[in-house]
Amino acid sequence: MTQKLGYELALPLKTAILWQGVEPLRNLLTQKKDYYAGGLMTLIGLGAVLEARHYNVGTLFHMGPGFFPIILGVIMTCLGMLIAGVAATAAAVDDDQLIMPKPEWRAWLCILAGPALFIVLGNLGGLIPATFACVFVSAMGDRDSTVKSALILATGVTICGVALFSYLLQVSLPMWRWGSL
Amino acid sequence: MIYSALTDLWYGFGVALEPHNLMFCFLGVLIGNIVGVLPGMGVLATISILLPLTFGMKPVAAILMLAGVFYGAQYGGAICSILLNLPCHPPHAVTCLDGYPMTKQGRGGVALGITVIASFVGASWGITEMTFLAPVLVQVALKFGPSEVCSLMLLGLLAGSTLARGSPIKGVAMTVFGLLLGIVGADIETGTPRFAFGMTELDDGVEIVALALGLFGIAEFMNTVNQTAAIDTKYTNIKLRDMWPSKADFKQAFWPMLRGTALGSLCALIPGTGPTIASFVSYAVEKKISKTPERFGHGAIEGVACPEASTHSSVQGDFIPTMSLGIPGDAVMALLLGALTIQGIVPGPQLISQHPDVFWGLVASFWVGNIMLVILNVPMIGLWVKLLTIPYRYLYPSALFFICIGVYSTNNDMFQVGETIAIGIFGYILLQLGFHPAPILLGFVLGPRFEENFRRAMLISRGDLMVFVERPISAFFVTLSALLILTQIFVRMRTNGKSDIIPRAAE
Repeated sequence: MTQKLGYELALPLKTAILWQGVEPLRNLLTQKKDYYAGGLMTLIGLGAVLEARHYNVGTLFHMGPGFFPIILGVIMTCLGMLIAGVAATAAAVDDDQLIMPKPEWRAWLCILAGPALFIVLGNLGGLIPATFACVFVSAMGDRDSTVKSALILATGVTICGVALFSYLLQVSLPMWRWGSL
Repeated sequence: MIYSALTDLWYGFGVALEPHNLMFCFLGVLIGNIVGVLPGMGVLATISILLPLTFGMKPVAAILMLAGVFYGAQYGGAICSILLNLPCHPPHAVTCLDGYPMTKQGRGGVALGITVIASFVGASWGITEMTFLAPVLVQVALKFGPSEVCSLMLLGLLAGSTLARGSPIKGVAMTVFGLLLGIVGADIETGTPRFAFGMTELDDGVEIVALALGLFGIAEFMNTVNQTAAIDTKYTNIKLRDMWPSKADFKQAFWPMLRGTALGSLCALIPGTGPTIASFVSYAVEKKISKTPERFGHGAIEGVACPEASTHSSVQGDFIPTMSLGIPGDAVMALLLGALTIQGIVPGPQLISQHPDVFWGLVASFWVGNIMLVILNVPMIGLWVKLLTIPYRYLYPSALFFICIGVYSTNNDMFQVGETIAIGIFGYILLQLGFHPAPILLGFVLGPRFEENFRRAMLISRGDLMVFVERPISAFFVTLSALLILTQIFVRMRTNGKSDIIPRAAE
């Protein structure tokens, strides 16, 4: 995110020239994105209404637990349709940030796998293996990381983390244990 | 009135200078300054990581530390903008425009020096404003009934979601999504579990730490990984003696500094317009009234002094509506309110009288913290500059560990960690679809109180919605909300959907 803004400030002219040629394609891409955005919000809104139907709605005087969620769900549905509607009528979209960057599957997977491993290993083996695995695996998501640099980082964070959280802050997760999921 | 504010402030200094509180204030501004310097680390993520660690602390120490992170980061953020041309923190993006050219001319030290001075001037005014204005606001707000509170919250939510940045409709959608998330859990009046989908862990609601860390931690990391620019350390060799601005520099920067301060404090009072907007507006104004506008963008010292003063006066001013009315202006403030709530303190106009130690201790700690920051930033500039070179590949894995252990320790439950991952994935999808997740937090924090007050107002008025426009104060807020929406539509029609001067940057 930071870099994109820097780009915007540093090279606005160059960007403008670069995009001029692909304007129609860009419109298609960005507008499509807003259809998805609107669709997702509509789905959330409809889902909220469908779920809140089962709660007691009550009256405006005596509101039940379902009243507020249903109102919000309806508003959300309208907003979703509005987002998609605006995208359909908008003449030009001048926000190049909406274009999907090239997918970083490895990085995404590693960042999500880190905390997931923390859950699994935290339950199975305790704080030390959980920390080590979490840091090591997520560090491998960066293209500049090597196995060696990730190992060093993971060891360092594990030592500091255990010292800080187990000794100083007394977190209830034991350092080692034979647990089960 | 003035006299009582001063005696209260004196009492606040007594609280803030207790060794225990002083230590946490120092820790807060230190961490804030470090985070501000580190490219790719956000204030929101840091405050949410620290939040679980404050559960065992006394409320005063906790809030002093978390607030310290916020304004401390503003001092650090300017370093990144001026020396590296990297706008790591949105409020300082505009400082790049003139700060970096100054660096290239070998005047980076002067730019940093004037930034520290401007920051302190801006912050001082913001704190003074809070000292005298907050008690007055409270006097008014204490007369509010449920309908007034409700319409004020409506105004706050609308302003926070439409004025901040990005598309206003998407902002409102995010706020509503936040309100929906705030509903999750047992209903306060009947105890019916809502949106829990059979998971008993969700009966207490979505954990605020998990929400904030999912959105501003995991989702943000997924967005930033492998995207950071290589850091150019060509100009980062700054010595202490380079930092003193000359008399001519100071003279040139003096009035812009004061103008920036004034604009920043104005922006702080309008809900939803935080430091980022303040800095952009003040830069634009300064350029407009300058006799030599052509110098801007080529290393004009006014272009550094004015937005920096404005940012800091707005950062401190942001605390005014948050602490006196309980209405947060942005996501950081929402998080701080969440921290107060966790500590068992109900935010709102009664806060100052019920917990004077929290309020006045906080105001006094702003003075203490800002003085600490000036001391930290001037002699230790070499150290901060070294921090700039820490690569992102070391930062985010370490932060992920802190996220996991922090979320776990809120309830000693791994379920929360899973919740964070799920929110993170969803947050990333939202980012990709062009949503800014910050208003979610706003809606989430205000949601339960909004619903409670709405239900109460309806109970009192026997289900008559007209109560919101029949009572004068409430009608005033409703009118403002309507005006806000109408202006947005009008601006949109006029510009045909083109974006304004505020760049779209995430935290």
